[in-house]
Amino acid sequence: MLDIFMLISLIILSLASIGLLYRVVKGPGVTDRVMALDAIGINLMAITAIMCIMMNTDAFLDIILVIGILAFVGTVAFSKFLERGEVIERDRNR
Amino acid sequence: MKVNDLILKTATNVVSFIIITFSIYLFFTGHYTPGGGFIGGLMTSGGLLLLLLAYDLETVQSIIPFDFKKVIATGLLLALGTGIGGLFFDKPFLTHTYGYFDLPFFGEDTALATATLFDLGVYLVVVGITMTIIQTIGESE
Repeated sequence: MLDIFMLISLIILSLASIGLLYRVVKGPGVTDRVMALDAIGINLMAITAIMCIMMNTDAFLDIILVIGILAFVGTVAFSKFLERGEVIERDRNR
Repeated sequence: MKVNDLILKTATNVVSFIIITFSIYLFFTGHYTPGGGFIGGLMTSGGLLLLLLAYDLETVQSIIPFDFKKVIATGLLLALGTGIGGLFFDKPFLTHTYGYFDLPFFGEDTALATATLFDLGVYLVVVGITMTIIQTIGESE
């Protein structure tokens, strides 16, 4: 019973990722692509959690947090590049 | 021109400490669960990278005054030292050992292994190399 629910959730998350992938390919602006990639990362966290339940292990729970941190840092770096043209500045008040 | 990114800085001040704490957790659980020196070092440099993104190179270098090339050398020396340590007891190179100690805070029969020192060397090398690459690319105009 639980397996069927998990399979249905996986299919729904995969469809959502495919929709976001459409936005990454088609998106008119760069910001649309960045937001879609961030949301794909969050979908990946949910897929990892569901795979943890399906495989009956807790070995992947750290990976969820790692994906969250990487998605956040990557999105911040992209937004800073879009806003100011450089990612790491030497002196920010110049 | 002064830019106003109060939200990014406030979020960074909280989140970078969480990331660094999580990286230390990953480093110390490497013996029994997934984790270890490599992913711990990468997550630590991820937290420092977030500080670099919210602030700038000179501010981060003033609050973390390490020369990261010396951090690489310290890590390599630590890994080499744990390898040589086995030679003093008539064992092959890189022989590791462990023991059970009664520590005041961690409880009785805490297992301490010398593999942790080797892992600390890996951790320092990974942090040093990642931060050296990021700072070198960041300060080239």
